[in-house]
Amino acid sequence: MNGINQEDTHRTIEHVARESYGRLVAYLSVDTHDLASAEDALGNALVSALDHWPRDGVPRNPVAWLLTAARHSLLDAIRHQRVVLESEFTLKLLTENSTETTLSTQFPDDRLKLLFVCAHPAIDSAMHTPLMLQTVLGLDAARIAQAFLLTPKTMGQRLSRAKIKIRSGGLPFEIPRERDLPERLDAVLEAIYAAFGIGWDDLAGTDQRGRELTEEAIWLGRVLLQLMPDEAEVQGLLALMLHCEARRPARRGPDGRYVPLSGQDPNLWSLPLMEEAERHLGKAFKLGAFKLGRPGRFQLEAAIQSVHAGRARTGRTDWAAIALFYEQLVRTSPTLGSRIGHAAAVAEANGPEAGMKLLENVAAETVSAYQPYWAVRAHLLQRLGRAAEASNAYDRAIGLAEDPAVKQFLLQKRG
Amino acid sequence: MQFALLIYHTPEEFAMRNNEYDDPHLGAWRAYHKALVEAGVYVGAGALELPETATTVRLREGKRRVQDGPYADTKEQLAGFIVLEVPSIDAALEWAARCPGTARGAVEVRPLAPEVMRRGFTG
Repeated sequence: MNGINQEDTHRTIEHVARESYGRLVAYLSVDTHDLASAEDALGNALVSALDHWPRDGVPRNPVAWLLTAARHSLLDAIRHQRVVLESEFTLKLLTENSTETTLSTQFPDDRLKLLFVCAHPAIDSAMHTPLMLQTVLGLDAARIAQAFLLTPKTMGQRLSRAKIKIRSGGLPFEIPRERDLPERLDAVLEAIYAAFGIGWDDLAGTDQRGRELTEEAIWLGRVLLQLMPDEAEVQGLLALMLHCEARRPARRGPDGRYVPLSGQDPNLWSLPLMEEAERHLGKAFKLGAFKLGRPGRFQLEAAIQSVHAGRARTGRTDWAAIALFYEQLVRTSPTLGSRIGHAAAVAEANGPEAGMKLLENVAAETVSAYQPYWAVRAHLLQRLGRAAEASNAYDRAIGLAEDPAVKQFLLQKRG
Repeated sequence: MQFALLIYHTPEEFAMRNNEYDDPHLGAWRAYHKALVEAGVYVGAGALELPETATTVRLREGKRRVQDGPYADTKEQLAGFIVLEVPSIDAALEWAARCPGTARGAVEVRPLAPEVMRRGFTG
């Protein structure tokens, strides 16, 4: 086999691994609740694929091949641990015929259960996102650690602690009951959004947590939508992420300089991504119309981004509409981020005094290290002609910013 | 808990030191200092002169060995330190990530050792 084919085979393995990792981990762990063993088994199967496929050719059904190999590995491990052979799961594994001909990719898709167990309330909420990234997408601990600003060792330890809790704490691998669903689904959505990174392109925001994982987050969003197409908030979250992703090419100048949303050239925004986002948002509103109450947080945030995207068509930003959506958002989800966003939008719609009034209502001790607050405050003080106070606020915003391009942008604005 | 941020500069960063007062590089450091103080995490700091100004002293077999230059002959050199009082290593890493010193050189985060200090200095 020549080198090019070998490369092709490696790419195929990578592709199959990425496409099917979560499905395989979910399937292999749904009965044992043992995520770590399922991942180890799948890891062994992938190593074995790297060994066999370049030599013997890629099997007709690569996913089934991996599943078979992973099952063998899991069985070996169970025998090794001398776990009681009578256990239900072991019997199931042994009785299921594992030849490739009878195996199809038609095994049940348990990824939704996996997502819910990763975001279970009994697990530290800071670990929801890392767990999903590892078990559903197969990202390694070192990569996740970087995005979350932890040492790889610490991230690895926290991930294994969480998995031990899932295995021995009796956390159910199941889709929550109807009445628990909204709360549990929220945790899943939050975890996916945390991977995407919050407050990314307005307010010169620099909440960096998980910022490097945007593509993976969109991937998770698509998986979730595939599994729950009728949940309005799932549609809303995907719409929100796609709208932000559409602006990626416009967020930096050719020289690497930071370009705030208001200064971006809409011609650089990705039309296909914006259109896809609009389709999901449209579906969300249609679904939401049959339910009582207000639209959820992610639909509102997507609606705000949709108004921004409108500038590509109309050439102007409807700040009054944005302020209105923010007002609803603050009522639904009164986070620091939504309150600052509201103040910024009101300032654009009704003038800087109105925006300042909203900022003054935010308790000082909550914002001492919150960068977007200082960026917005500095901007409004400057517009109000309060130069000394503005300069001071710019310093705070610059000092709290992480991205050198954002620091540079704010230093220039401060003057 | 107290942590030291040990700031290592590249030669290019040391060279920037001679710039004007309103140089953006200095502006970023001033802003960072202000953010640390206002957030209530700042304990103290020190900036070091250029590595060429260093003199290293050793005592070997009873003899003084004095050498021009810094202790370690590496490309990146210690340029200064900041001591922070924060609840956890997570918070210390977050502040380190905001430090202007991370963009070119590196910032090392290390916990202070209060036990060693107490035993060593008070007997």
